[in-house]
Amino acid sequence: MYRYDKYDQAMVDARVEEFRDQARRRIEGHLTDDQFKPLRLKNGLYLQLHAYMLRVAIPYGTFDSRQMRKLAHIARTYDRGYGHFTTRQNIQYNWIKLEEAADLLGELATVEMHAIQTSGESVRNISADQYAGAAADEIIDPRPWCEMIRQMTTFMPEFSYLPRKFKIAVIASKVDRAALRWHDFALRIVKNDAGEIGFEVYAGGGMGRTPFIAFKIRDFLPTDQIFSYLQAVLRVWNRNARRDNIHKQRMKILVHELGEEEFARQVEEEFQHFLTLATDFPQAEYDRIAAYFAPPPFEQGLSDEIDRSDPEFALWVDRQTVAHKAPGYAIANISLKPIGGIPGDISADQMDLVADLAERYSFDEIRATHAQNLVLPHVRKQDLYAVWQALTEAGLADVNLDLVTDIIACPGLDYCSLANARSIPLAQKIAERFADRQRQQDLGELKIKISGCINACGHHHAGNIGILGVDKKGSESYQLLLGGSGDEETSQAKITGPGFDENGIVDAIERTVERYRAIREPGERFIDTYRRVGMDQFKEAIYG
Amino acid sequence: MKILTGNDLKTGSVVWWDGQGWSIYVDDAVDVGDAADGIMAREEAACRVNNPYAIDGEKTADGVRPAHIKDRVRAYGPTVRPDLTLKPADPEAGNWVI
Ligand code: SF4
Repeated sequence: MYRYDKYDQAMVDARVEEFRDQARRRIEGHLTDDQFKPLRLKNGLYLQLHAYMLRVAIPYGTFDSRQMRKLAHIARTYDRGYGHFTTRQNIQYNWIKLEEAADLLGELATVEMHAIQTSGESVRNISADQYAGAAADEIIDPRPWCEMIRQMTTFMPEFSYLPRKFKIAVIASKVDRAALRWHDFALRIVKNDAGEIGFEVYAGGGMGRTPFIAFKIRDFLPTDQIFSYLQAVLRVWNRNARRDNIHKQRMKILVHELGEEEFARQVEEEFQHFLTLATDFPQAEYDRIAAYFAPPPFEQGLSDEIDRSDPEFALWVDRQTVAHKAPGYAIANISLKPIGGIPGDISADQMDLVADLAERYSFDEIRATHAQNLVLPHVRKQDLYAVWQALTEAGLADVNLDLVTDIIACPGLDYCSLANARSIPLAQKIAERFADRQRQQDLGELKIKISGCINACGHHHAGNIGILGVDKKGSESYQLLLGGSGDEETSQAKITGPGFDENGIVDAIERTVERYRAIREPGERFIDTYRRVGMDQFKEAIYG
Repeated sequence: MKILTGNDLKTGSVVWWDGQGWSIYVDDAVDVGDAADGIMAREEAACRVNNPYAIDGEKTADGVRPAHIKDRVRAYGPTVRPDLTLKPADPEAGNWVI
């Protein structure tokens, strides 16, 4: 894992003190709300329905037990005993006091964490494959590039006042576990025919009010030109963006308005210019950063055998663990989706437990996933039973990875000031409706994603089944969407028809799912069946 | 009735104008009639409240009920965590929001 050097630490510490002074001036009345709001947003502090909300960055979703324990401590000391993992692999707290926020940030800084650029018009937390460095199918660990891009885009003056937020993702495998093409800028690490490693580059994706799937702007970019290329993209956007209209400021709109070809042409021109400025990193810098992500000292000669005599454990292994690149090891997924629970929420005690398990069984590494779950990336297969037992005791051993109850849900109207409708109660009702374990297994992979408003933090555009909360004359209403995906065959979900109330939408989902069960062909996932038969079959089931 | 709400500047807590100051209980909210702008300007300038705004409400047998669901959620707390609301002992209290 990357560790701060003295410059990182000095910057983060200085930022805490700067914010302390800004908060003091606001509380004493020297700053108005209008003046203070952009300052607090630069530090991840929102004002939500019930209190201030702080979003803490977890760069590319990687953190360790020391940091998790600090997050637990913060939950107990500054919040109400829990935190919420988000769809950008971050964690947020819902009950923060402005008068304590600087102290909280100071505590985060002691474990090399912060909330900088987790909000506002900036390059946001860079997301990555949650299995990076562990996945059997990856070409190389993508995180050194994530870290270098993080450093390059943090506090960079030219890009400090971007037109809107800018989201980046990096992966290194064919299978996309990071919703790559739903990002403004996305990199997939590939090997060319000569065996050289480079980036396949995508640009112009994003969800929200006007969803677009990113287009491939480059087949192969040498890795040592990434800074030039990214700066070129940011500059073209920064220069041409519609700053006059908040709904048209995202880069996806510019790409759409200019057209992919013209956008790419301008980027290429700017890129050639940047190449002459020698702003790319030298190999030595890559080597220095990559050393932080060297594989842990995996034991050799371990058996791949797992004692499956406990049937409950065997079920958990089959669903929640994934192939690891090192023999004798597995990647263990921890569900934060208990039936009837709040997707992504975790108590301080559970955080401590996960920290203990990471320290003892996973080379001290934890990952947060964009699907609001956690991962222990490097567990010896012979330790899986002990891990499962501990998770079971802590209420963290649900068996539902990628199943119908593994629902992504944004905070919605229970917490969020922008919401039209509640997301969480809906997720709870759907999970309860489909709680039967056999039924879940039988339905197979089925990704439901719920957003409480058009901003789409719950990724409803990418849901096999998406749900969007809308305001219908002051009461909650829900639109149903089908056919979205965030994987390597990215697709945008389409609205089925008229919306539903809270109970109506759960029934509509059940009718959708039952129609799938009736017409699926052997081996077909829900999304495969949808793609084969189209919307009409499902519309008929939903609306009669 | 017109009622005033906002967030406490230091803590972020949801507050309601009770005629003298700011209360965390919506039932304390009073009808401010046409006086909303003046009260908000004065209270904001004195840093006693953040981001105040006036909303429609209704006095019912159960107390003051904000017209919009968003403000009822603010008045009650997150419906999915009744233990963290102002009425943790009443399992039915969340129904008031909807
Ligand atoms: S999608 Fe809307 S309601 Fe949900 S968290 Fe985002 S802004 Fe809030």
